[in-house]
Amino acid sequence: MNTRKPEEIAEEVVAEFSVFDEWLDKYEYLIELGSSLPIIDEKDKTDDKLISGCQSRVWLACEYRDGRIWFTADSDAIITKGIISLLIRVYNGQKPEDIASSDFGFIEKIGLRENLSPTRANGLVSMIGQIKAYAKKYEC
Amino acid sequence: MILNGNNIREAFPILERSVYGKRFVYFDNAATSQKPREVLELHDTIYRNSNANIHRAVHRLSAEATDLYEQGRAAVKRFINAGEDGCVILTSGATASFNLLAHSFTARFVGKGDRILVSEAEHHSNLVPWQLACDRVGAELGFIPVDDRGEIILDEYERMLDGRVKLVSVAQVSNVLGIVNPIREMVSMAHAKGIPVAVDGAQGVVHSESDVAALGCDFYIFSGHKIYAPAGTGVLYGKKALLEKMPPFFGGGDMVGTVSFEGTTYAPLPLKFEAGTPNYPAAACYAPALKMAEAMRSDADVFHEERRIVMFLVEQLQKINGLRIAGLPRDMGNKVPVISFSVEGAHPEDMALILDKMGIAVRSGLMCAEPLVRKFSDKGLLRISLLPYNTMEEAEFFMECLKKTLAMLKAI
Ligand SMILES: Cc1ncc(COP(=O)(O)O)c(C=O)c1O
Repeated sequence: MNTRKPEEIAEEVVAEFSVFDEWLDKYEYLIELGSSLPIIDEKDKTDDKLISGCQSRVWLACEYRDGRIWFTADSDAIITKGIISLLIRVYNGQKPEDIASSDFGFIEKIGLRENLSPTRANGLVSMIGQIKAYAKKYEC
Repeated sequence: MILNGNNIREAFPILERSVYGKRFVYFDNAATSQKPREVLELHDTIYRNSNANIHRAVHRLSAEATDLYEQGRAAVKRFINAGEDGCVILTSGATASFNLLAHSFTARFVGKGDRILVSEAEHHSNLVPWQLACDRVGAELGFIPVDDRGEIILDEYERMLDGRVKLVSVAQVSNVLGIVNPIREMVSMAHAKGIPVAVDGAQGVVHSESDVAALGCDFYIFSGHKIYAPAGTGVLYGKKALLEKMPPFFGGGDMVGTVSFEGTTYAPLPLKFEAGTPNYPAAACYAPALKMAEAMRSDADVFHEERRIVMFLVEQLQKINGLRIAGLPRDMGNKVPVISFSVEGAHPEDMALILDKMGIAVRSGLMCAEPLVRKFSDKGLLRISLLPYNTMEEAEFFMECLKKTLAMLKAI
Protein backbone atom coordinates (compact mmCIF):
# COMPACT_ATOMS: atom_id res chain seq x y z
CA MET A 1 0.00 0.00 0.00
CA ASN A 2 1.12 3.52 -0.65
CA THR A 3 0.50 5.86 2.25
CA ARG A 4 1.27 8.98 0.25
CA LYS A 5 -0.94 10.44 -2.44
CA PRO A 6 0.35 10.66 -6.04
CA GLU A 7 0.69 14.46 -5.75
CA GLU A 8 3.12 14.16 -2.85
CA ILE A 9 5.35 11.68 -4.61
CA ALA A 10 5.20 13.72 -7.81
CA GLU A 11 6.45 16.74 -5.90
CA GLU A 12 9.34 14.70 -4.63
CA VAL A 13 10.22 13.66 -8.21
CA VAL A 14 10.10 17.26 -9.40
CA ALA A 15 12.42 18.25 -6.57
CA GLU A 16 14.84 15.47 -7.49
CA PHE A 17 14.97 16.59 -11.09
CA SER A 18 15.40 20.25 -10.21
CA VAL A 19 19.03 19.65 -9.24
CA PHE A 20 19.99 18.86 -12.83
CA ASP A 21 20.63 21.77 -15.12
CA GLU A 22 22.26 19.68 -17.81
CA TRP A 23 20.03 17.55 -19.99
CA LEU A 24 22.53 14.76 -20.13
CA ASP A 25 22.51 14.49 -16.33
CA LYS A 26 18.74 14.10 -16.41
CA TYR A 27 19.15 11.30 -18.88
CA GLU A 28 21.86 9.61 -16.82
CA TYR A 29 19.42 9.66 -13.93
CA LEU A 30 16.55 8.30 -16.03
CA ILE A 31 18.78 5.48 -17.25
CA GLU A 32 19.57 4.66 -13.64
CA LEU A 33 15.89 4.73 -12.67
CA GLY A 34 15.08 2.27 -15.44
CA SER A 35 16.71 -0.50 -13.47
CA SER A 36 14.29 -0.07 -10.55
CA LEU A 37 11.24 -0.68 -12.74
CA PRO A 38 8.92 -3.48 -11.53
CA ILE A 39 9.36 -5.64 -14.60
CA ILE A 40 6.36 -7.16 -16.29
CA ASP A 41 6.21 -10.93 -16.38
CA GLU A 42 7.63 -12.29 -19.64
CA LYS A 43 4.32 -14.12 -20.26
CA ASP A 44 2.41 -10.82 -20.00
CA LYS A 45 4.40 -9.25 -22.82
CA THR A 46 1.52 -9.72 -25.21
CA ASP A 47 0.30 -7.40 -27.91
CA ASP A 48 -2.69 -6.21 -25.87
CA LYS A 49 -0.24 -4.87 -23.26
CA LEU A 50 1.76 -2.95 -25.86
CA ILE A 51 1.31 0.80 -25.84
CA SER A 52 0.92 2.32 -29.26
CA GLY A 53 2.37 5.66 -30.29
CA CYS A 54 5.85 4.94 -28.95
CA GLN A 55 8.91 4.55 -31.13
CA SER A 56 10.14 1.85 -28.81
CA ARG A 57 8.09 -1.09 -27.56
CA VAL A 58 6.46 -0.48 -24.19
CA TRP A 59 4.41 -3.00 -22.27
CA LEU A 60 2.29 -2.04 -19.29
CA ALA A 61 0.21 -4.39 -17.15
CA CYS A 62 -1.63 -3.87 -13.88
CA GLU A 63 -3.14 -5.83 -11.07
CA TYR A 64 -5.93 -4.76 -8.75
CA ARG A 65 -5.51 -5.85 -5.14
CA ASP A 66 -7.21 -4.59 -1.96
CA GLY A 67 -8.60 -1.51 -3.62
CA ARG A 68 -5.26 -0.45 -5.08
CA ILE A 69 -3.58 -0.74 -8.47
CA TRP A 70 -0.12 -2.25 -8.99
CA PHE A 71 1.74 -1.83 -12.23
CA THR A 72 4.47 -3.75 -14.00
CA ALA A 73 6.05 -2.68 -17.27
CA ASP A 74 9.02 -2.98 -19.60
CA SER A 75 10.49 -1.36 -22.67
CA ASP A 76 13.29 -2.19 -25.06
CA ALA A 77 14.48 1.44 -24.83
CA ILE A 78 16.25 2.39 -21.65
CA ILE A 79 15.21 6.05 -21.38
CA THR A 80 11.60 5.06 -21.89
CA LYS A 81 12.06 2.53 -19.13
CA GLY A 82 13.25 5.31 -16.85
CA ILE A 83 10.20 7.42 -17.65
CA ILE A 84 7.78 4.58 -16.97
CA SER A 85 9.52 3.82 -13.74
CA LEU A 86 8.89 7.45 -12.72
CA LEU A 87 5.22 7.10 -13.59
CA ILE A 88 4.97 3.84 -11.69
CA ARG A 89 6.74 5.27 -8.67
CA VAL A 90 4.04 7.92 -8.47
CA TYR A 91 1.03 5.75 -9.27
CA ASN A 92 1.88 2.33 -7.91
CA GLY A 93 -0.32 1.13 -5.04
CA GLN A 94 -2.67 4.08 -5.41
CA LYS A 95 -6.44 4.04 -5.36
CA PRO A 96 -8.04 3.99 -8.84
CA GLU A 97 -9.93 7.24 -8.12
CA ASP A 98 -6.72 9.04 -7.09
CA ILE A 99 -5.01 7.95 -10.31
CA ALA A 100 -7.98 8.81 -12.48
CA SER A 101 -8.24 12.33 -11.05
CA SER A 102 -4.49 13.04 -11.17
CA ASP A 103 -3.34 15.68 -13.67
CA PHE A 104 0.09 14.14 -14.43
CA GLY A 105 1.47 17.68 -14.50
CA PHE A 106 4.77 16.63 -12.94
CA ILE A 107 5.93 15.24 -16.28
CA GLU A 108 5.76 18.74 -17.66
CA LYS A 109 7.44 20.18 -14.59
CA ILE A 110 10.49 17.99 -14.99
CA GLY A 111 10.66 19.17 -18.59
CA LEU A 112 10.14 15.80 -20.19
CA ARG A 113 7.12 16.61 -22.25
CA GLU A 114 8.57 19.48 -24.26
CA ASN A 115 11.97 18.04 -24.59
CA LEU A 116 11.19 14.58 -25.74
CA SER A 117 10.87 14.06 -29.45
CA PRO A 118 7.36 14.46 -30.86
CA THR A 119 7.02 10.72 -31.36
CA ARG A 120 8.17 10.17 -27.81
CA ALA A 121 5.86 12.84 -26.46
CA ASN A 122 3.01 10.94 -28.07
CA GLY A 123 4.30 7.80 -26.49
CA LEU A 124 4.24 9.51 -23.13
CA VAL A 125 0.69 10.64 -23.71
CA SER A 126 -0.25 7.06 -24.59
CA MET A 127 1.47 5.70 -21.47
CA ILE A 128 -0.43 8.14 -19.27
CA GLY A 129 -3.61 7.33 -21.18
CA GLN A 130 -3.13 3.62 -20.49
CA ILE A 131 -2.49 4.19 -16.77
CA LYS A 132 -5.68 6.24 -16.57
CA ALA A 133 -7.62 3.67 -18.57
CA TYR A 134 -6.60 0.96 -16.10
CA ALA A 135 -7.61 3.21 -13.19
CA LYS A 136 -11.01 3.92 -14.74
CA LYS A 137 -11.58 0.22 -15.17
CA TYR A 138 -11.33 -0.36 -11.40
CA GLU A 139 -12.91 2.87 -10.17
CA CYS A 140 -16.09 2.22 -8.24
CA MET B 1 29.98 31.18 -57.16
CA ILE B 2 33.09 29.45 -55.83
CA LEU B 3 32.02 27.05 -53.17
CA ASN B 4 33.98 25.80 -50.25
CA GLY B 5 33.07 24.37 -46.85
CA ASN B 6 32.73 27.82 -45.32
CA ASN B 7 30.77 29.74 -47.86
CA ILE B 8 28.36 26.87 -48.45
CA ARG B 9 27.53 27.02 -44.78
CA GLU B 10 27.18 30.78 -44.89
CA ALA B 11 24.49 30.41 -47.53
CA PHE B 12 22.27 28.54 -45.03
CA PRO B 13 21.39 30.89 -42.17
CA ILE B 14 19.84 28.21 -39.93
CA LEU B 15 23.18 26.44 -39.57
CA GLU B 16 24.34 29.24 -37.28
CA ARG B 17 21.83 28.51 -34.58
CA SER B 18 22.43 26.54 -31.43
CA VAL B 19 20.26 24.02 -29.55
CA TYR B 20 20.27 23.52 -25.78
CA GLY B 21 23.10 26.05 -25.70
CA LYS B 22 25.25 23.79 -27.89
CA ARG B 23 26.27 24.12 -31.49
CA PHE B 24 23.70 22.68 -33.85
CA VAL B 25 24.72 19.78 -36.08
CA TYR B 26 22.06 18.87 -38.62
CA PHE B 27 22.45 15.27 -39.77
CA ASP B 28 18.83 14.63 -40.75
CA ASN B 29 19.02 15.90 -44.31
CA ALA B 30 17.36 12.86 -45.85
CA ALA B 31 14.17 13.96 -44.09
CA THR B 32 14.45 17.51 -45.36
CA SER B 33 17.20 19.93 -46.40
CA GLN B 34 17.83 23.36 -44.95
CA LYS B 35 17.20 26.37 -47.19
CA PRO B 36 19.72 28.79 -48.66
CA ARG B 37 19.26 32.52 -48.27
CA GLU B 38 18.24 33.01 -51.94
CA VAL B 39 15.32 30.64 -51.43
CA LEU B 40 14.20 32.34 -48.21
CA GLU B 41 14.43 35.73 -49.89
CA LEU B 42 12.52 34.78 -53.02
CA HIS B 43 9.76 33.16 -50.97
CA ASP B 44 9.49 36.27 -48.85
CA THR B 45 9.59 38.59 -51.86
CA ILE B 46 6.77 36.79 -53.60
CA TYR B 47 4.44 37.23 -50.66
CA ARG B 48 5.55 40.84 -50.17
CA ASN B 49 5.54 41.87 -53.77
CA SER B 50 4.01 39.49 -56.30
CA ASN B 51 1.32 37.56 -54.54
CA ALA B 52 -1.72 36.63 -56.62
CA ASN B 53 -3.24 33.38 -57.73
CA ILE B 54 -1.63 31.98 -60.84
CA HIS B 55 -2.98 31.05 -64.27
CA ARG B 56 -6.34 32.64 -63.61
CA ALA B 57 -6.57 36.39 -63.68
CA VAL B 58 -5.59 38.96 -66.27
CA HIS B 59 -4.12 41.41 -63.79
CA ARG B 60 -0.48 42.33 -63.39
CA LEU B 61 0.38 40.49 -60.18
CA SER B 62 -1.22 37.29 -61.38
CA ALA B 63 1.01 37.48 -64.43
CA GLU B 64 4.09 38.01 -62.26
CA ALA B 65 3.22 35.14 -59.95
CA THR B 66 2.49 32.88 -62.92
CA ASP B 67 5.85 33.77 -64.46
CA LEU B 68 7.68 32.96 -61.25
CA TYR B 69 5.86 29.64 -60.94
CA GLU B 70 6.69 28.74 -64.52
CA GLN B 71 10.31 29.74 -63.98
CA GLY B 72 10.33 27.20 -61.17
CA ARG B 73 9.07 24.57 -63.56
CA ALA B 74 11.66 25.58 -66.16
CA ALA B 75 14.41 25.21 -63.56
CA VAL B 76 13.23 21.67 -62.81
CA LYS B 77 13.17 20.85 -66.53
CA ARG B 78 16.75 22.04 -66.91
CA PHE B 79 17.93 20.29 -63.76
CA ILE B 80 16.58 16.91 -64.79
CA ASN B 81 17.23 17.46 -68.49
CA ALA B 82 13.63 16.84 -69.49
CA GLY B 83 13.39 16.80 -73.29
CA GLU B 84 10.58 17.65 -75.68
CA ASP B 85 9.06 14.22 -75.15
CA GLY B 86 8.76 14.73 -71.39
CA CYS B 87 6.62 16.81 -69.08
CA VAL B 88 7.18 18.19 -65.58
CA ILE B 89 4.10 18.12 -63.33
CA LEU B 90 4.45 20.12 -60.13
CA THR B 91 2.92 18.50 -57.05
CA SER B 92 3.08 19.01 -53.29
CA GLY B 93 5.74 16.34 -52.74
CA ALA B 94 7.04 12.94 -53.75
CA THR B 95 4.20 11.26 -51.88
CA ALA B 96 1.61 13.25 -53.82
CA SER B 97 3.45 12.41 -57.05
CA PHE B 98 3.36 8.70 -56.27
CA ASN B 99 -0.32 8.76 -55.41
CA LEU B 100 -1.05 10.57 -58.66
CA LEU B 101 1.08 8.16 -60.69
CA ALA B 102 -0.23 5.02 -58.98
CA HIS B 103 -3.83 6.07 -59.41
CA SER B 104 -3.69 7.36 -62.95
CA PHE B 105 -1.24 4.81 -64.36
CA THR B 106 -3.08 1.78 -63.02
CA ALA B 107 -6.45 3.21 -64.06
CA ARG B 108 -5.26 3.27 -67.67
CA PHE B 109 -2.65 0.55 -68.02
CA VAL B 110 -3.11 -2.09 -65.31
CA GLY B 111 -5.79 -4.72 -65.04
CA LYS B 112 -6.72 -7.85 -63.14
CA GLY B 113 -3.85 -10.29 -62.77
CA ASP B 114 -1.21 -7.77 -63.92
CA ARG B 115 1.84 -6.98 -61.79
CA ILE B 116 3.78 -3.93 -60.70
CA LEU B 117 7.30 -4.41 -59.40
CA VAL B 118 8.85 -2.39 -56.60
CA SER B 119 11.96 -3.31 -54.62
CA GLU B 120 12.16 -4.51 -51.03
CA ALA B 121 13.89 -1.25 -50.19
CA GLU B 122 11.14 1.26 -50.91
CA HIS B 123 9.95 4.18 -48.85
CA HIS B 124 6.27 3.74 -47.93
CA SER B 125 5.50 6.47 -50.49
CA ASN B 126 6.57 4.13 -53.27
CA LEU B 127 4.76 1.20 -51.76
CA VAL B 128 1.43 2.06 -50.15
CA PRO B 129 0.00 3.98 -53.15
CA TRP B 130 0.71 0.90 -55.29
CA GLN B 131 -0.95 -1.38 -52.76
CA LEU B 132 -4.03 0.85 -52.85
CA ALA B 133 -4.03 1.06 -56.63
CA CYS B 134 -3.45 -2.67 -57.12
CA ASP B 135 -6.32 -3.48 -54.76
CA ARG B 136 -8.57 -1.27 -56.83
CA VAL B 137 -7.86 -2.99 -60.14
CA GLY B 138 -7.12 -6.51 -58.90
CA ALA B 139 -3.43 -6.39 -59.76
CA GLU B 140 -0.58 -7.57 -57.56
CA LEU B 141 2.74 -6.19 -56.36
CA GLY B 142 6.03 -8.01 -56.80
CA PHE B 143 9.08 -7.25 -54.68
CA ILE B 144 12.53 -7.16 -56.24
CA PRO B 145 14.82 -8.59 -53.56
CA VAL B 146 17.90 -6.88 -52.11
CA ASP B 147 20.79 -8.88 -50.68
CA ASP B 148 22.31 -8.59 -47.20
CA ARG B 149 24.44 -5.67 -48.35
CA GLY B 150 21.30 -3.85 -49.47
CA GLU B 151 22.03 -4.21 -53.18
CA ILE B 152 19.32 -5.12 -55.67
CA ILE B 153 19.73 -8.69 -56.95
CA LEU B 154 19.71 -8.00 -60.68
CA ASP B 155 19.40 -11.65 -61.77
CA GLU B 156 16.24 -12.00 -59.73
CA TYR B 157 14.98 -8.73 -61.13
CA GLU B 158 15.50 -9.89 -64.69
CA ARG B 159 13.67 -13.15 -63.99
CA MET B 160 10.73 -11.22 -62.56
CA LEU B 161 10.28 -9.13 -65.71
CA ASP B 162 7.63 -11.25 -67.35
CA GLY B 163 4.64 -10.48 -69.53
CA ARG B 164 2.41 -9.68 -66.59
CA VAL B 165 4.54 -6.77 -65.41
CA LYS B 166 3.12 -3.41 -66.44
CA LEU B 167 5.49 -1.09 -64.56
CA VAL B 168 8.66 -1.13 -62.47
CA SER B 169 8.83 1.53 -59.74
CA VAL B 170 12.09 1.63 -57.86
CA ALA B 171 14.16 3.95 -55.67
CA GLN B 172 17.28 5.45 -57.18
CA VAL B 173 18.72 5.68 -53.67
CA SER B 174 16.94 4.16 -50.68
CA ASN B 175 16.39 6.58 -47.80
CA VAL B 176 17.64 3.87 -45.43
CA LEU B 177 20.44 2.12 -47.30
CA GLY B 178 22.02 5.09 -49.05
CA ILE B 179 23.10 2.97 -52.00
CA VAL B 180 22.83 4.21 -55.58
CA ASN B 181 20.92 1.54 -57.49
CA PRO B 182 21.91 0.63 -61.08
CA ILE B 183 18.99 2.50 -62.59
CA ARG B 184 20.32 2.75 -66.14
CA GLU B 185 20.79 -1.01 -66.26
CA MET B 186 17.41 -1.69 -64.67
CA VAL B 187 15.73 0.61 -67.18
CA SER B 188 17.36 -1.10 -70.17
CA MET B 189 16.41 -4.51 -68.85
CA ALA B 190 12.77 -3.44 -68.44
CA HIS B 191 12.63 -1.57 -71.73
CA ALA B 192 13.98 -4.64 -73.53
CA LYS B 193 10.67 -6.22 -72.59
CA GLY B 194 8.60 -3.12 -73.31
CA ILE B 195 8.00 -2.33 -69.61
CA PRO B 196 8.12 1.32 -68.48
CA VAL B 197 10.07 2.35 -65.37
CA ALA B 198 9.29 4.92 -62.65
CA VAL B 199 12.16 6.10 -60.44
CA ASP B 200 11.84 7.41 -56.89
CA GLY B 201 14.47 10.12 -56.99
CA ALA B 202 13.64 11.60 -53.57
CA GLN B 203 17.16 10.85 -52.32
CA GLY B 204 18.81 10.27 -55.70
CA VAL B 205 18.11 13.77 -56.96
CA VAL B 206 20.46 15.21 -54.31
CA HIS B 207 22.99 12.39 -54.11
CA SER B 208 23.18 10.97 -57.63
CA GLU B 209 22.49 11.86 -61.25
CA SER B 210 19.20 13.59 -62.00
CA ASP B 211 19.44 13.47 -65.79
CA VAL B 212 16.29 11.64 -66.88
CA ALA B 213 17.55 11.34 -70.44
CA ALA B 214 20.67 9.55 -69.23
CA LEU B 215 18.72 7.41 -66.78
CA GLY B 216 16.25 6.57 -69.52
CA CYS B 217 13.32 6.27 -67.13
CA ASP B 218 9.71 6.98 -68.08
CA PHE B 219 8.77 8.65 -64.79
CA TYR B 220 10.96 10.44 -62.25
CA ILE B 221 9.68 11.62 -58.89
CA PHE B 222 11.20 13.75 -56.16
CA SER B 223 10.41 16.26 -53.41
CA GLY B 224 11.67 19.81 -53.74
CA HIS B 225 12.12 20.23 -49.99
CA LYS B 226 14.91 17.65 -49.92
CA ILE B 227 16.87 19.68 -52.45
CA TYR B 228 16.79 23.15 -50.86
CA ALA B 229 13.29 24.26 -52.01
CA PRO B 230 10.54 24.93 -49.44
CA ALA B 231 8.18 22.26 -48.15
CA GLY B 232 5.09 21.56 -50.19
CA THR B 233 7.00 21.04 -53.42
CA GLY B 234 7.25 17.88 -55.49
CA VAL B 235 7.76 16.75 -59.05
CA LEU B 236 6.33 14.09 -61.27
CA TYR B 237 8.26 13.95 -64.51
CA GLY B 238 6.76 11.66 -67.11
CA LYS B 239 6.95 10.81 -70.78
CA LYS B 240 4.20 12.72 -72.56
CA ALA B 241 3.15 9.67 -74.55
CA LEU B 242 2.18 7.92 -71.32
CA LEU B 243 0.85 10.93 -69.43
CA GLU B 244 -1.44 11.88 -72.30
CA LYS B 245 -3.21 8.54 -72.06
CA MET B 246 -3.61 8.67 -68.28
CA PRO B 247 -6.78 10.09 -66.68
CA PRO B 248 -6.48 12.97 -64.18
CA PHE B 249 -6.25 12.18 -60.47
CA PHE B 250 -7.63 15.31 -58.83
CA GLY B 251 -10.45 17.21 -60.43
CA GLY B 252 -11.05 20.89 -59.89
CA GLY B 253 -9.93 24.29 -61.05
CA ASP B 254 -7.22 24.82 -63.67
CA MET B 255 -7.19 21.24 -64.94
CA VAL B 256 -10.11 21.55 -67.28
CA GLY B 257 -10.84 22.43 -70.88
CA THR B 258 -14.57 23.02 -70.71
CA VAL B 259 -16.88 22.02 -67.91
CA SER B 260 -20.57 21.35 -68.23
CA PHE B 261 -22.92 19.41 -66.03
CA GLU B 262 -22.86 16.60 -68.57
CA GLY B 263 -19.10 16.22 -68.63
CA THR B 264 -15.72 17.84 -68.75
CA THR B 265 -12.81 17.97 -71.12
CA TYR B 266 -9.34 18.34 -69.69
CA ALA B 267 -6.62 20.89 -70.09
CA PRO B 268 -3.47 19.83 -71.93
CA LEU B 269 -0.39 18.64 -70.02
CA PRO B 270 0.82 19.51 -67.46
CA LEU B 271 -2.26 21.37 -66.19
CA LYS B 272 -4.45 18.29 -66.54
CA PHE B 273 -2.65 16.97 -63.47
CA GLU B 274 -2.38 20.23 -61.53
CA ALA B 275 -5.86 20.82 -60.16
CA GLY B 276 -6.42 23.61 -57.68
CA THR B 277 -4.15 26.36 -56.39
CA PRO B 278 -0.64 24.97 -56.00
CA ASN B 279 1.93 26.24 -53.54
CA TYR B 280 3.20 28.67 -56.17
CA PRO B 281 5.55 30.71 -53.95
CA ALA B 282 7.29 27.50 -52.89
CA ALA B 283 7.43 26.11 -56.42
CA ALA B 284 8.92 29.36 -57.70
CA CYS B 285 11.84 28.70 -55.34
CA TYR B 286 12.95 25.74 -57.43
CA ALA B 287 14.92 28.29 -59.44
CA PRO B 288 17.30 29.41 -56.66
CA ALA B 289 17.20 26.00 -54.94
CA LEU B 290 18.32 24.07 -57.98
CA LYS B 291 20.88 26.74 -58.83
CA MET B 292 22.42 26.00 -55.43
CA ALA B 293 22.24 22.26 -56.05
CA GLU B 294 23.85 22.70 -59.45
CA ALA B 295 26.65 24.85 -58.02
CA MET B 296 27.41 22.21 -55.38
CA ARG B 297 27.24 19.35 -57.80
CA SER B 298 29.57 20.89 -60.37
CA ASP B 299 32.27 21.68 -57.81
CA ALA B 300 34.93 18.94 -57.72
CA ASP B 301 36.18 20.00 -54.27
CA VAL B 302 32.71 19.63 -52.81
CA PHE B 303 32.46 16.18 -54.33
CA HIS B 304 35.84 15.03 -53.01
CA GLU B 305 35.19 16.34 -49.54
CA GLU B 306 31.89 14.48 -49.44
CA ARG B 307 33.59 11.23 -50.48
CA ARG B 308 36.19 11.74 -47.78
CA ILE B 309 33.48 12.26 -45.14
CA VAL B 310 31.50 9.18 -46.24
CA MET B 311 34.60 6.97 -46.07
CA PHE B 312 35.61 8.42 -42.71
CA LEU B 313 32.18 7.80 -41.18
CA VAL B 314 31.83 4.28 -42.55
CA GLU B 315 35.31 3.31 -41.36
CA GLN B 316 34.93 4.84 -37.92
CA LEU B 317 31.46 3.38 -37.41
CA GLN B 318 32.65 -0.09 -38.32
CA LYS B 319 35.29 0.09 -35.61
CA ILE B 320 32.56 0.18 -32.95
CA ASN B 321 31.82 -3.20 -31.43
CA GLY B 322 28.35 -4.51 -32.20
CA LEU B 323 27.61 -1.77 -34.73
CA ARG B 324 26.14 -2.90 -38.01
CA ILE B 325 25.61 -0.66 -41.03
CA ALA B 326 22.56 -1.41 -43.16
CA GLY B 327 23.63 -0.74 -46.72
CA LEU B 328 27.25 -1.48 -47.62
CA PRO B 329 27.66 -1.81 -51.37
CA ARG B 330 30.52 -3.80 -52.89
CA ASP B 331 31.67 -0.63 -54.62
CA MET B 332 31.82 2.10 -51.94
CA GLY B 333 31.62 4.67 -54.72
CA ASN B 334 27.90 3.86 -54.68
CA LYS B 335 27.47 4.75 -51.01
CA VAL B 336 26.06 8.24 -50.44
CA PRO B 337 26.11 10.12 -47.12
CA VAL B 338 22.94 8.42 -45.88
CA ILE B 339 24.15 5.93 -43.29
CA SER B 340 21.84 3.80 -41.16
CA PHE B 341 22.98 1.42 -38.47
CA SER B 342 22.08 -0.54 -35.37
CA VAL B 343 24.20 -1.08 -32.28
CA GLU B 344 23.82 -4.16 -30.14
CA GLY B 345 22.51 -3.24 -26.71
CA ALA B 346 21.48 0.29 -27.65
CA HIS B 347 17.99 1.29 -28.78
CA PRO B 348 18.04 3.77 -31.69
CA GLU B 349 15.50 5.96 -29.92
CA ASP B 350 17.75 6.25 -26.87
CA MET B 351 20.71 7.10 -29.07
CA ALA B 352 18.75 9.76 -30.96
CA LEU B 353 17.45 11.34 -27.74
CA ILE B 354 20.90 11.61 -26.22
CA LEU B 355 22.56 12.83 -29.42
CA ASP B 356 19.85 15.49 -29.65
CA LYS B 357 20.84 16.78 -26.23
CA MET B 358 24.41 17.01 -27.50
CA GLY B 359 23.14 19.23 -30.33
CA ILE B 360 23.07 16.61 -33.09
CA ALA B 361 19.87 16.01 -35.08
CA VAL B 362 19.59 12.44 -36.37
CA ARG B 363 16.71 10.15 -37.28
CA SER B 364 15.71 6.97 -35.49
CA GLY B 365 13.06 4.34 -35.99
CA LEU B 366 11.55 2.66 -39.00
CA MET B 367 12.10 5.62 -41.33
CA CYS B 368 8.94 5.07 -43.38
CA ALA B 369 10.42 1.86 -44.75
CA GLU B 370 9.20 -0.66 -42.23
CA PRO B 371 9.56 -3.91 -44.21
CA LEU B 372 13.14 -3.01 -45.12
CA VAL B 373 14.24 -1.79 -41.70
CA ARG B 374 12.79 -4.88 -40.03
CA LYS B 375 15.06 -6.97 -42.26
CA PHE B 376 18.01 -5.42 -40.47
CA SER B 377 16.79 -4.77 -36.94
CA ASP B 378 13.53 -5.25 -35.06
CA LYS B 379 14.17 -2.12 -32.98
CA GLY B 380 14.67 0.16 -35.94
CA LEU B 381 17.81 1.96 -37.01
CA LEU B 382 19.66 5.19 -36.40
CA ARG B 383 20.29 7.23 -39.53
CA ILE B 384 22.66 10.08 -40.24
CA SER B 385 22.33 11.89 -43.55
CA LEU B 386 24.55 14.71 -44.73
CA LEU B 387 24.58 17.35 -47.45
CA PRO B 388 27.52 19.37 -48.75
CA TYR B 389 27.02 22.03 -46.04
CA ASN B 390 28.04 19.44 -43.46
CA THR B 391 31.73 19.26 -42.64
CA MET B 392 34.42 16.76 -41.71
CA GLU B 393 34.67 18.49 -38.37
CA GLU B 394 30.99 17.79 -37.73
CA ALA B 395 31.52 14.16 -38.71
CA GLU B 396 34.38 13.88 -36.20
CA PHE B 397 32.30 15.57 -33.52
CA PHE B 398 29.46 13.15 -34.25
CA MET B 399 31.74 10.13 -33.80
CA GLU B 400 32.91 11.47 -30.44
CA CYS B 401 29.33 12.08 -29.30
CA LEU B 402 28.17 8.68 -30.53
CA LYS B 403 30.85 6.97 -28.45
CA LYS B 404 29.84 8.98 -25.39
CA THR B 405 26.21 8.09 -26.03
CA LEU B 406 26.96 4.38 -26.25
CA ALA B 407 28.96 4.60 -23.05
CA MET B 408 25.99 6.25 -21.33
CA LEU B 409 23.76 3.45 -22.57
CA LYS B 410 26.36 0.93 -21.45
CA ALA B 411 26.48 -0.51 -24.94
CA ILE B 412 30.28 -0.20 -25.22
C1 LIG C 1 13.15 7.59 -50.95
C2 LIG C 1 11.99 8.47 -50.56
N1 LIG C 1 10.85 8.40 -51.26
C3 LIG C 1 9.79 9.17 -50.98
C4 LIG C 1 9.81 10.07 -49.94
C5 LIG C 1 8.58 10.88 -49.63
O1 LIG C 1 8.82 12.23 -49.72
P1 LIG C 1 7.76 13.30 -49.15
O2 LIG C 1 7.55 12.97 -47.72
O3 LIG C 1 8.45 14.60 -49.36
O4 LIG C 1 6.53 13.17 -49.95
C6 LIG C 1 10.97 10.18 -49.18
C7 LIG C 1 11.03 11.12 -48.04
O5 LIG C 1 11.29 10.80 -46.92
C8 LIG C 1 12.09 9.36 -49.50
O6 LIG C 1 13.22 9.43 -48.79
